[in-house]
Amino acid sequence: MTNFLSASTANAAHAAAEAGEHAAGGNDAGTIMQHLIEHVYDHVLIQIDWHPFGWQWLDLSITKLTLMLWVAAALIFILFRSLAGRQAKKSMRGRYLNFLEPFVIYVRDQMVYPIMGDTLGRKYLPLFLTQFFFILFCNLLGLIPGMSTATSNLAVCGTLAFTTLFTIIGMGMVEQGPLTFWKNLVPSGMPWPIIPILFPLEVIGIVIKCFALTIRLFANMVAGHIVILSFLGLIFIFHNYFVALPAVAFSLFLYVLELFVAFLQAFIFTLLSIIFINMAVHPEH
Amino acid sequence: MTGLVAHLSAGIGAALAIIGAGYGIGRLAGSALEGMARQPEAAGDIRTAMIIAAALIEGLAFLALVICLLLSFK
Repeated sequence: MTNFLSASTANAAHAAAEAGEHAAGGNDAGTIMQHLIEHVYDHVLIQIDWHPFGWQWLDLSITKLTLMLWVAAALIFILFRSLAGRQAKKSMRGRYLNFLEPFVIYVRDQMVYPIMGDTLGRKYLPLFLTQFFFILFCNLLGLIPGMSTATSNLAVCGTLAFTTLFTIIGMGMVEQGPLTFWKNLVPSGMPWPIIPILFPLEVIGIVIKCFALTIRLFANMVAGHIVILSFLGLIFIFHNYFVALPAVAFSLFLYVLELFVAFLQAFIFTLLSIIFINMAVHPEH
Repeated sequence: MTGLVAHLSAGIGAALAIIGAGYGIGRLAGSALEGMARQPEAAGDIRTAMIIAAALIEGLAFLALVICLLLSFK
C-alpha cells in the first residue's frame, strides 16, 4: 500500500517506455524516457513482504526512499540533539550548529507565534518544527547526486499531510470539545436550509486542503528532477557535443532553482499547516 | 488511437493550466511590485504575502500537471 500509486504509475510508465521504444523506431526517446523513469522509480534494496496465510498483504520492502527517510530522521536527531545539548550547557555551539538556530527562531517567531499566539503556539511548536525540518532535509538530500528525494513519493507526502489532517480533526475535537468542533464548522446564524449544503462542503474542504498540501509538495519535487533530467537528455537526443554547454548551463540554473524550491516548499507546507490547525484549534467566535 | 488522443490531450491540458497559472502569478507580481514601490516600509510583509500566494497558485497548476502526467502514461 505504501508504494501503490507510484508503483502503478511507474509500471504503466515502464510499459509505455517499452512500447514507445519499439513503436517509435528511434532509440533515443525510448531510452531517455526509460532513464527518466528509472530515476523517479523506487529501487528495492531489501525485499520484505508480509505474507499472512499465503497471500501478499503488505509490501514492507526497504527501498532507497525508505533509506533516505531514515537518513533524514537520523540527521535531524543528531543535529538538533547536539544543538539543544549545547544550548542547555550554555557553551559555545560551534559554527555549524549555529547555522540551524536562525531557522528555528524564524519558524517560532515569524510563523507560529504571529498566527497562533504565544500559549497555543508553544503547545504546537514541536509539530511544526518537525514538519518544517523533515521536509527541508528530505528535499535537500534529494539534490545530492546518488541519493533520491524522499518527498518525491506520493505516499510520503500523503503521510505528511495526514499528520496535519489528524491534528486538525483530533486536536480540534480535543480543544473545542467533540461536538462543538463539528458545530463550529458552519458559521452560526445561518438560515436553516443552507446547513445541509454547507456542512458536507466544509468537511470535504478540510480533506481537499490537506490533499492540495500533498500534491503541491509531491509535484514540486518530482517536476524539478524531471526537468533537470530532460535537459540533460537533450544532449543524447541531439547526438552532438556542442549542445552540452547550454544544456549543462540550463541544468545548473534549474538546480539552483530547485534549491530555492526545496526551502520554499517546506516553508509553504508548514505555514499552511499552521493556518489550518489554527482555524481548527482556536476557539471560534 | 487512444494513446494518440491521450498524449495530445495531456499536452493541451498542461499548456492551458500553465497559461492560467502564469497569468495569475504575473498579475500577482505586478500588484506586489506596485505596492512595494508605493510604500517601501511594507516591502517585507508584501514580499512574504506574495510568496505565499504564488505558492498557492502554483499548487493548483501542479495539480493539473500531475493529472496530465497520469494521462500521458495511458
